[in-house]
Amino acid sequence: METAFTPFAGLIGGALIGLAAVAFMGLLGRIAGISGIVAGLLAPPSSDTLWRGAFVIGLIGGAAIVRAVGWGQVPMITAAWPVLMIGGLLVGIGTRIGGGCTSGHGVCGMARLSVRSIVATLVFIIVAMAVVYVRRHLLGGV
Amino acid sequence: MKYVTTVASALVVGLLFGAGLAVSGMTNPAKILSFLDIAAIAVGDWDGTLLFVMGGALAVTFVGYRYVLSLPHPVLDSLFHLPTARAIDLRLIFGAAIFGIGWGLVGYCPGPAIAALAWPTAEPALFVAAMLVGFWIGGKALR
Repeated sequence: METAFTPFAGLIGGALIGLAAVAFMGLLGRIAGISGIVAGLLAPPSSDTLWRGAFVIGLIGGAAIVRAVGWGQVPMITAAWPVLMIGGLLVGIGTRIGGGCTSGHGVCGMARLSVRSIVATLVFIIVAMAVVYVRRHLLGGV
Repeated sequence: MKYVTTVASALVVGLLFGAGLAVSGMTNPAKILSFLDIAAIAVGDWDGTLLFVMGGALAVTFVGYRYVLSLPHPVLDSLFHLPTARAIDLRLIFGAAIFGIGWGLVGYCPGPAIAALAWPTAEPALFVAAMLVGFWIGGKALR
């Protein structure tokens, strides 16, 4: 199940993500970590609730605009529903316990040269690579 | 007024972030799984796009943070809310590893999964619903 290597689109999209991270720090003074921003919505309503909600609406809206223009990629998901649910659950639990995800640790934390974030990023990438290797090449699944 | 500006700013930053995820193709988990499949490097059908996404994002953030964090305070707040934790502890490693398992199983991390809700398919919604439950459980586990 190979996908096309699209380095140019990757760089442009990555630069937009970086721009968002810098703007978020410059304006609100916060790390643009998606897991933290979204998990904060589960807390009792506070003065933070509205901007968190606005960010999430923007996140979906931004992708919707790109999709409308015809640039986005249709999500190709092969995982069965139980796998999707277990995966979602683990991503949710792990990012809370580990204090961040690909955006918070991988982009914002690494850009601050945080050792914690560099270690966390290495761990989740290596573990994810191991999971894919086991599933695709040892168990022969997708 | 500042409060309204804060909410509006978050919306605009969210738009930028979501657009970046969609433009880079990260809303398609098949691309992430192709990147994570290191055995594919040997046979030549590896998709290294994620490296360019991370590279582009890191380069801009690294340079931008240099400037922004040199300011006395952010535009809309009196202080920067920066993480204070420094310890490389078991919780960090364990949490990152659990996240890695979920990421490797499906190919979605939180941002792309939520941005993918822009497509009218059931799978991202199911993943995000489970992830929200996970956030809640993980939040409980921290206390």
